[in-house]
Amino acid sequence: MEALTVKNITYRVAGRTLLDDVSFVLPRNKMLAIIGANGAGKSTLMRILCKELEPSSGSIDLCGRSLSSYTVAELARFRSVLSQHNTLSISFRVDELVMMGRYPHFSQQPSMMDYEIVHKALAETGMDSYSTRDYNTLSGGEQQRVQLARVMAQIYGQQNALLFLDEPTNGLDLLYQQNILQLARMMTGQGCTVVSILHDINFACQYADYILLLKQGKTIAFGTPNQVVTAENVLTAFQVSINQVEHKDYRYPLIFPALAPFPKNND
Amino acid sequence: MKNSIIFTALLLLLLAVSLLSLCLGAVRISIPELLSIIGHKVGFGSEVLFRPQQEAVFINIRLPRVLLGMLVGSALAVSGAVIQGLFRNPLAEPGLIGISSGAMLSAALLIVLEVPVILAMKAFLGYYALAFAAFLGACLTTWIVYRLSMRSGKADITTLLLAGIAINALSGAFTGLLIYLANDEQLRNITFWSMGSLGGANWKTVSTIVPFAIIPIAILPFFAKSINALALGEAQAMHMGINVHMLKRIVIILATLGVGASVAVSGLIGFVGLVVPHIIRMAFSSDHRLVIPASALLGAVVLVFADLVARTIVSPAELPIGILTAMIGTPIFIYIIMRERKKRFF
Repeated sequence: MEALTVKNITYRVAGRTLLDDVSFVLPRNKMLAIIGANGAGKSTLMRILCKELEPSSGSIDLCGRSLSSYTVAELARFRSVLSQHNTLSISFRVDELVMMGRYPHFSQQPSMMDYEIVHKALAETGMDSYSTRDYNTLSGGEQQRVQLARVMAQIYGQQNALLFLDEPTNGLDLLYQQNILQLARMMTGQGCTVVSILHDINFACQYADYILLLKQGKTIAFGTPNQVVTAENVLTAFQVSINQVEHKDYRYPLIFPALAPFPKNND
Repeated sequence: MKNSIIFTALLLLLLAVSLLSLCLGAVRISIPELLSIIGHKVGFGSEVLFRPQQEAVFINIRLPRVLLGMLVGSALAVSGAVIQGLFRNPLAEPGLIGISSGAMLSAALLIVLEVPVILAMKAFLGYYALAFAAFLGACLTTWIVYRLSMRSGKADITTLLLAGIAINALSGAFTGLLIYLANDEQLRNITFWSMGSLGGANWKTVSTIVPFAIIPIAILPFFAKSINALALGEAQAMHMGINVHMLKRIVIILATLGVGASVAVSGLIGFVGLVVPHIIRMAFSSDHRLVIPASALLGAVVLVFADLVARTIVSPAELPIGILTAMIGTPIFIYIIMRERKKRFF
């Protein structure tokens, strides 16, 4: 059974078409990276997949059932979402915040298992020594890791779980960018399917099983990294020429932008 | 700290303040006399240690007044806590969505205008006409503010805030107009009403406000988890399985019931709804599973205490309670702002 089946999704608002006939099928326990230039429709697609927006036409199936047939409460038990903006209006302690991930699973009081899961999620993101800190006093990177712990706790141990990440590496330094993607990768080994918007094409190639490349709401390519990330596709989607080099440590060639001609100084 | 310890401590504090308020005043009642009155009423305790006047004061004046203080204080503080959660803004308070300004406008209308409809209402409801009008005004303005904030069937929080500000300004202008038209006696009535008092307490007001205060206090704790999640953002709360649309509606309706009824029986009492939830958050935790019930208890403590001071400090006269809550509340509020600022620089 497929984790996610997207058929002919189109989304129009105020006369503009933000997504145009997007389709793909994502098998279970795989990681999909959505890439594309600014305004390609990545976030819009993510919001539609998370039931935040209704598509104008098309259908989405989650684990063999239509997305629209789930209530938000049902979804929350096996699907969690890490958004891009994670400011707290009222400050909470780190462990209280991660416990919010368990809210869909208990009615009034958390069980021992919920506490255990919170503890594990904090340990896996390397934030266990911060558990009694005030969230608003943490640095941006630390906050992002705490939020990741929260969304991991939400779907911990669930079969057919789905994890959506909206630019999870934003604002993190190199080490934590790697850590977060490794954690996402690890989740796919534990019965979880991951969908992530990523900016860094190299990261997308190394960590994702599939890549969806969008441009102005249209699919440029969908498939495995070597099918999608070609010089031609990248030029079409990003208007940047690239060079590719092989390295023995990497599954796929690394890409980097070809040098743009330097502006001349005529003085 | 365990929540049960916090609740026990606050309950003991409430008991202490209530006993103090029951005993002190123009007619003093000592603790043995108080126990004797209660014993006598319940039907055991043979010894009569009290004078009949003390019994009358206790039963007809003090007890309903303390109970009213508890109910109003709890309702205001709980509503404040959930409105701050809903607006995702620690400086929000129930007045923001028009509850107080609407109550004020209709109270002023009732006091000043002597048109047939209002006179008929006064004749029919007598003493309770003012409470009824204030409650109605509170509900009506909040409903208008809520309707204005609807976008494709859902309430938008930013628009709710802006609509609240606009409607508050408009009701303020009309209230001003009525004050301009008022004669001296009416002016005095409006002014005193706007400063709040529990002086109208009797068993009838208490029993009238009971459902309006108890329903929000009893139901809102069940939405504590949802309000916590809302602190992360509306989309995030939805991803955690919360029906945000329904949550907004419930919070607004229950806060309006609680605050509307409180304003109706006691006039405008500021700062309780704003400051009490903050004290709980600062002292213990922001978890609304604690903040909502603890605010209910602390709100009751604060109002019973403020009322005790209000009616004893200048006795035999009485100070409007709103003056006291503002005098106590403002320094605490400034302290909170300063502390928050320090935290940010950390």
